[in-house]
Amino acid sequence: MTMKRLINLKRTEARRIFITYSAVVIAYVIFQVMSSSGFLSSSMRGMLVPICAYMVMAVSLNLVVGISGELSLGHAGFMSIGAFSGVASAILMQSTITNAPVRLALAMIVGAIFAAIAGFLIGIPVLRLKGDYLAIVTLAFGEIIKSILNNFYFGVDAQGLHFSMLTDTTRLLKGGRLIIRGPMGISGIMKIATFPMGFILVMISLMVVFNLVNSRSGRAFMAIRDDRIAAESIGLDITKYKMMAFVTSAALAGAAGALFAMNYSTIVANKFDFNTSILILVFVVLGGQGNMLGSIIAAAALTVLPEKLRGFSDYRMLLYAIILIVTMLGTNNAEIREFFTKLNPFRRKEEA
Amino acid sequence: MTFLNFFISGISLGSIYAIIALGYTMVYGIAKMLNFAHGDVIMVGAYVCFYAVSRYNLNPFLGVIIAMFLCTVLGILVERFAYKPLRQAPSLAVLITAIGMSYFLQNTALLLWSSNPKVFPSIIGRGSFKLFDGNLSVSHITVLTISVCIVIMIVLSLFIGKTKLGKAMRACSEDKGAAQLMGINVNATISMTFAIGSGLAAIAGALLCSAYPTLMPTTGALPGIKAFTAAVFGGIGSIPGAFLGGLMLGVIEIFAKAYISSQLSDAVVFAVLIIVLLVKPAGLLGKSIQEKV
Repeated sequence: MTMKRLINLKRTEARRIFITYSAVVIAYVIFQVMSSSGFLSSSMRGMLVPICAYMVMAVSLNLVVGISGELSLGHAGFMSIGAFSGVASAILMQSTITNAPVRLALAMIVGAIFAAIAGFLIGIPVLRLKGDYLAIVTLAFGEIIKSILNNFYFGVDAQGLHFSMLTDTTRLLKGGRLIIRGPMGISGIMKIATFPMGFILVMISLMVVFNLVNSRSGRAFMAIRDDRIAAESIGLDITKYKMMAFVTSAALAGAAGALFAMNYSTIVANKFDFNTSILILVFVVLGGQGNMLGSIIAAAALTVLPEKLRGFSDYRMLLYAIILIVTMLGTNNAEIREFFTKLNPFRRKEEA
Repeated sequence: MTFLNFFISGISLGSIYAIIALGYTMVYGIAKMLNFAHGDVIMVGAYVCFYAVSRYNLNPFLGVIIAMFLCTVLGILVERFAYKPLRQAPSLAVLITAIGMSYFLQNTALLLWSSNPKVFPSIIGRGSFKLFDGNLSVSHITVLTISVCIVIMIVLSLFIGKTKLGKAMRACSEDKGAAQLMGINVNATISMTFAIGSGLAAIAGALLCSAYPTLMPTTGALPGIKAFTAAVFGGIGSIPGAFLGGLMLGVIEIFAKAYISSQLSDAVVFAVLIIVLLVKPAGLLGKSIQEKV
């Protein structure tokens, strides 16, 4: 099926997809070998899973920002919904499903489902707006999700599940467990997220996004992005297609959130704030809008970069900021851009 | 009486938001960019004011003026070196640069002034007026904040409505190309807009930290986002809109803190924003532009 799809695609597009898949696989093999033969420092090994989660976040946000052309500033909100629902479900399943990878996979599915539902509910009002107004509303929803999760209590005991808001009024019976503890988040998480599972999630999200982009719906997304009025005039249902992109993106972010959370023993809602949303947006913009391989590379590079700059201790975030500004100025400067196109051996003839 | 008390503190907080929102809305109106670093200019202004007053024992008002001057220079420099080269670039690139600038200012502040919170001295002391036999107390800083906000609004409206420079600003925000053809120096006008916005941010910083006296490198971030929300709320690009949006946001926030829940006040503020934008997609006073086909 996939092969047939690839054959039907234009050669350049098919080549781009092939390069992306193979780059991810090769990188995975290299890092897996390095990690098992002890070449990686322990801090780098600890970053493998977060890098995978950020890659999925970047790819999924790229679907909304790059392909569908809507600026979203609240992507971390879906990540936190996925993280909290995924971890909570993993804790509930702990005794029934003892196989850790299966439990992780189920938790990621639960996270994806919850995030998709949230994405659908948020999408109804959000997608009626346009441009910067849409951006600010996604920001607002991200902050609302954070505030709500910060005040949400969820526990389980012999009588079943209990919820409460603001203060802990769950009144659990003896032997019950308070799983989500408001601003304290969830603690005592079993760290079952592994690098191979992260790799699988990256591959799945790439498959979902590539198949969606190169389908009839994907062409509709791009038509709407390039000219909304023309797209509407040929009978495309704008809201339906925007919603499709938004919900898919939210679901992938939810799965990434569950993966991310299960790499730590404690998570709190404040981890997924506006700055995290912005960080992911930076991955997308630096990697190139609509370019999935770019998003993946940017996510990996910018997650590792602050660690590598640790030697500069206090100046690390300052350097990060300067690198960000200089990159943006550089990539948008006509002369520098021309210089790099000349260097690129793979440039296509018609562009030259 | 408590209702009135909450209302007054809401108006006071809203006045600060309004002053910050003016900076966002003017820059958006003219350069069509979201200047995320604006919140951090507030923080820089507050720090300058803090050091002028507590280290060099200057008169607080002189401190505010120094802060205004330095922030104006900072605003112009930021515009010149980070935003001007990107005039023709896609808006997302400008947005990311603005975010980079925000990180840059925060981390420079962190290196210069450390992350230890500083206790900001109120610029006019901590006294208060007692009204209705002491049932209602209004602190001096509240009165000052509200009056400063009103003065700024009047002066700014006159400046934009009556002076030649103001006319140039309006022309640039409507059509840059046509403005240039009429002999308006568009680049200078944009720089001036940044200068005014940053100068106002310094005042907002001093007022904000007089009312809420903890000063840290991240102090500007949340008020910045809230003021940005206020600007959108009132209709981004509109100056009366920023004023109205700021005041309403302040009042809603204080009421939500008082009557609903202090932890959920931010959520309530943002929920109101969402509802307003659904009913009026261009904000309260924003012009909704009909698309031409």
